[in-house]
Parts: sequence; C-alpha cells; structure tokens
Amino acid sequence: MWTMFKQIVRTGLRTEATPPGNDDWRVERAEGERIHADILAILGRALTIREVDAGSCNGCELEINALNNPYYNIEGLGIKFVASPRHADMLLVTGPVSRHMVVALQRTYEAMPAPKLVVAVGDCGCTGGIFGESYASCGKVSNVIPVDVAVPGCPPPPLDLLSGILTAIRSQKQGGVGAGRTASKVP
Amino acid sequence: MSLSALNCKFQALPGPLPMQRATVTREQWQAAPAAVDLGGGRLVSLWGSDRRGIDGGFAVSVAYAMAEGLVWLSLPLVETPAPVQPSYPDIARVFPAAGRMQRACRDLMGLVAEEAKDQRPWLRHGSWPEDYFPLRREYTGAESFAATPESYPFVMVEGDGVHEIAVGPVHAGIIEPGHFRFSVVGERVLRLEQHLGYKHKGIEKLFERTAPLEGHRLAGRVSGDTTVAFGWAYCMALESMAGCEISWRARWLRALLLERERVANHLGDLGALGNDAALGFGLAQFSRLKEDWLRLNRELFGHRFMMDRIVPGGVAIDLDVARGERIRGQCDVIEAEVRTLKEIYEEHGGLQDRFLTTGRVSPRLAGQLGLCGMAGRASAQASDLRMDFTWEPYAALQATMTSHRNGDVAARVTVRFEEIFESLRLIREIIARLPQGRTLVVLDALPANGVGAGWVEGWRGDVLVTLETEAGSIRRCHCHDPSWQNWPLLEHAVMDNIVPDFPLINKSFNLSYSGQDL
Repeated sequence: MWTMFKQIVRTGLRTEATPPGNDDWRVERAEGERIHADILAILGRALTIREVDAGSCNGCELEINALNNPYYNIEGLGIKFVASPRHADMLLVTGPVSRHMVVALQRTYEAMPAPKLVVAVGDCGCTGGIFGESYASCGKVSNVIPVDVAVPGCPPPPLDLLSGILTAIRSQKQGGVGAGRTASKVP
Repeated sequence: MSLSALNCKFQALPGPLPMQRATVTREQWQAAPAAVDLGGGRLVSLWGSDRRGIDGGFAVSVAYAMAEGLVWLSLPLVETPAPVQPSYPDIARVFPAAGRMQRACRDLMGLVAEEAKDQRPWLRHGSWPEDYFPLRREYTGAESFAATPESYPFVMVEGDGVHEIAVGPVHAGIIEPGHFRFSVVGERVLRLEQHLGYKHKGIEKLFERTAPLEGHRLAGRVSGDTTVAFGWAYCMALESMAGCEISWRARWLRALLLERERVANHLGDLGALGNDAALGFGLAQFSRLKEDWLRLNRELFGHRFMMDRIVPGGVAIDLDVARGERIRGQCDVIEAEVRTLKEIYEEHGGLQDRFLTTGRVSPRLAGQLGLCGMAGRASAQASDLRMDFTWEPYAALQATMTSHRNGDVAARVTVRFEEIFESLRLIREIIARLPQGRTLVVLDALPANGVGAGWVEGWRGDVLVTLETEAGSIRRCHCHDPSWQNWPLLEHAVMDNIVPDFPLINKSFNLSYSGQDL
C-alpha cells in the first residue's frame, strides 16, 4: 500500500490544458477554461457520451479511450462516457457503418433523449474512409443517422477528439445542430 | 512427423521465416490434419480462393504451423460439373478452431465443409442474400441489398433456474461490437456463446480493387491495435511473391516497430485489467505510461500507432543517434515505472484475489483447441514466431519466450509483464546494434500469377497474410488474426466463473473483433 501511495505522490498531477475548438469544424474558437461553464450553461449538468463502434478498425477506440487517461482527464471537464444511450447527450460514432451494425446504431440513436448530439469520428466515420461503401459497408455515419460534427483523422488524436466534442457543444449553443435533421438514406 | 509424410510437392516461399506451399489432392488434404496434429503442429488459418481465371476452379487453402515452418496446402475443387457450392473435407474434427473459419469460407466464397458439425452462417447476418458470395469473381463487391435480418439459432441451455443474459452488439464501454449470450444460474456462468461478424466490412473483397503496392494500408487497418504486425505481414507476403529481399536495416527497424506495438498494447491492457478489478490506480498509471509511449511514436515516426510506417520494400522511417537515444531513455524510464507497478499489482491482495484462478484455460484444453499467441503462452503453449524459427533480427537479439502454465487471468498478466520487459530489452538492443544501410528497396516486377505469404508474431499472436495475384493484380488477399483461434477459448475460460468476472477475463485476452470480422 505504501508503494502505491508513494507512486501516486511521485506521479503528481499530469493533466494538461484543454485545447480550443476548431474553426474548421464550424465553430468559433473557445477557451479551454470556459468549457465546463459552457457545458453547464447548455445542458445544466455534465455532458454524457455514449460511444458506438459501428465498424471501425478499433484504432479510433484506442484514441477515444486515451481521453480518459490523466493527460486529457476528460472526466475532469465534466464529460463522462456512459453505458446506456438513454443516459447520453451525445453519440460518438466511429465508422464505417457496417451493414450488420445499421440496426444497432439506429436503435442506439433512437434510444437517446432529444436533443441528440452526434459526432462522427475518424476518416471512416466522416467519409467512409479506406473502406468506402460496399455490400458490407454503408460508409460514412451520416448515411445512417444525422451527424452534427465530423472529426477527421486516421485515427484522430485525442486532442482532435476533444476539440470535436467541444465543437458540437458550442454549435448546439448557437442552435445550429441537434435539431433532429433527418438522416440521408442508407445506400 | 515430417513434411515428407504428407508426400506432396512443396514450393518454398521466399521470406525471412520458413514457408512452403503445395497443391494437394483430396486424400492428402484429408490425411494432413491428423499428421500435423501428431507432429505437434497447429492450425493457423483456413480460407477459400476463386482461382477460376488462374487455374480453373475454386480452391480451399489451409495453413499449418509446424516445426519446419508454415505449411500452406491448397486443394483445388475441380468437381465436374461444378456444383453451385463446391465442397471439401471438414478439418474441424481434428482442429476445432477451423469450425468458424469454414463457416466464414462458406459465407464469403460459397465453399462447403462436408459434414461439418456446425453449418450456421458466421459472418453473414442477413445483410446480403444466402446465395450471394461476395468473394466470387462475378461480383464486384459494390452490390447492395435490402437487409433481411435473420435470427441466429443460439444453443439453448435448459434446466432449473437457468436464464439467459444477452449482451451486445453495442457493449457498455468504449469497445468493439459483438454479441455474447450467457446462460447463467444465479451469477454462475454455465455457458457463453459468441456471435461475431458485426464489423464485417468487406476488407478481403476490397483487396481485389487495391493496387498491390497500396495493400499494406488496407492490411494495416484490419485491426488498428495490430497495424504494425498486419502491415509487416502484408509487405512480407508481397516481398515473398516478388522474391525481394529487404535490407537488414529495414528488417531491424520493422522489429523495433513491432516491439513498440507490443509494449503499447500490454501497457494499455494491464491498466484496464487493474481497472476491471476495481483498482483505478492501475488504469491511471498504465494509461499515463501508454500515452508517453504513443507520444514518442508520433514524435519520432509521425504516427501514434505507427500506421503505414512499414511499406513494401522496407520502412518509411529511419533513426539517427539522437532519436535512438530518446527511445533508449524512454525504455529505461518505462521499465523502472512498470517494475514499480508490477510490485504494487503483486502485493495487492484484492487484485490478486480477482486475478488468480479466474478464467482458467488448462494447458490440455489450450492444446486441444489451439489457443495461440500471448494467451496460449500463458497456458503452456510455447509458441512464438520470434523464437520458433531462426531468423533475423530475433536470433541475433537472442529473444526469449515467456510462458506460464496456470492459464488464468493472473498468468496472462504475468506473461504480459514479462513480455514488456523482454520487448524493452529487444528495443534497446536494436537501437544499439542497428545495421547500417538503406531503409527501402524498390519493389518491382510482381509475377503475373504469383503467391506469397507473410507471417508475423503480433502482440496477440501470429498474424498471417496470404496473397494470390492474377495478371499482376490482387486476386485474393487473406488476412488472419489469431483472435479466430482464441475467441472460442474465451467461451471455455468463462465457464463456471461469475458474470462480474467476465469483463476481467475478456480483457485479459483482449481479442480483436475487427480482425476476425474482416
């Protein structure tokens, strides 16, 4: 036990500053310190995210998991990954959406309370990426459910993911997203 | 048993490891499994090919790992008149791990294992019709069908107080999708049945439209956490086919990347294992170390997971003395930290109580069902391509294998710790003794109708990529992840354990969904 406490003290705090939002992802730049206040102002509580892997290579999941490490400390910002879509404000979806995952993804989306925020993650989630569309793949996430923000990268590094999540929250504040637009048809 | 007992004409495939291929008769195909089993060999993979434009018909292939190396047997299915679904003798009776592979082969290529016990579809869930075989040459793979979801006939467990828990495909965490059906009494698991294939995205069909020199990118996305091993295996297959020898420096650098991938995954999983046993401290500490590790990857190699850094003909990275020192310094820091954490894990009574005897796969069962790779080594299956054969750089580095015989979560944790230390040692040795030379040679002149294979010990186990070309284009590229063998063992490992221990047992294997769904 003593070794463990020593290790905790020796390690100290490793959490780093939060990145600003990203202009290219449709929102004004934001200061990291305002994030928590913004989340509270918009949602009145912490932000909860349900992650759905709809067919990725698992690379994006590695980076989403990294958001929970002490450097990014996403829970310290009041953002939490939850087990049920019914508890979620945001759906974080990696793709491409395999045809076998269409129903599961749609049902997860439907199970969320409105307003629903959807962030598509990775090149495959944004465009279908290297896998594209085929007998087995529906390609990008927006082919299956409405998407508010798409974060590119193969996979996107944790800071880009964090920027994407914050971009979606800020966009919602501006009334630009989460308004329940209809999904384009599944190809 | 030696290869000669099979009595077939082998063609050696060029490559750093011994690999051979032979076209076999139906009789030889049938005799092979027992002969391989008797000789202590194991099944690596089974897949179908459509060779109608090359030598006349469909073929089913199997790859065995034997003392002599990789043995790839190809059985042409030339029955006339050709049936709609040609068939071949089942090998799952000797190698049960072949069962799911044979089912996938039917789903994708329409080749049937005769009298196989389990005839249920595996990778096809009703998103395309039963008579559509995407890997056949008459289809482009761009076809689209209205989904007709089919219910999957799970095996029912009956008895007093038995009930089912259905989990997935969307799991309660940031993990890949798949379905688990538990049959339980109280909290005791009587049976687990997996239903995978949710992530099937047509990778193998996509290879047909991929230029051979670009295929490493697609192979590198079969399973993101194994991108280095798959990238290397693909490039090895291509180089094997072209008879191209890469430089020594490139080979050593590939090994460096592979060991860095192994360490990254073990660090991540050791943290998650602590967390699954309610020691959040472990996750915080190990995920911090993993992040440090990935950041140096990005800084030195331009990518946190080193995707696309192994390319046909060599590597797309290089090291100078200063960068080498950065890596060496980091290895020293990480080793000291991991040794401290290992001591903490070992002295933590609550943690050990959860780890010990949990999710046990006995050496006997592991041998019978073909458990391989890291999990196999934790159940006394002493096999690791890095040490099984004499090849560079691992022979020069005198790489040593770690194994354990308890086969429980604790054993897999121990093997992971030891493999981290050994990989750190290997990395430091590679830096110290890196041969001079080019990092890339030009790969030209692929044979019109060639075959090649690449076989690499990824962090989970051995990944295999086989390649067949037709007129210089990819006709068939089969990617095999060791998760194929190990998923069925997870069903056994969880038996008689309690439901809350499932996440812990599952994480101790950490098998790939994407890698087996393809």
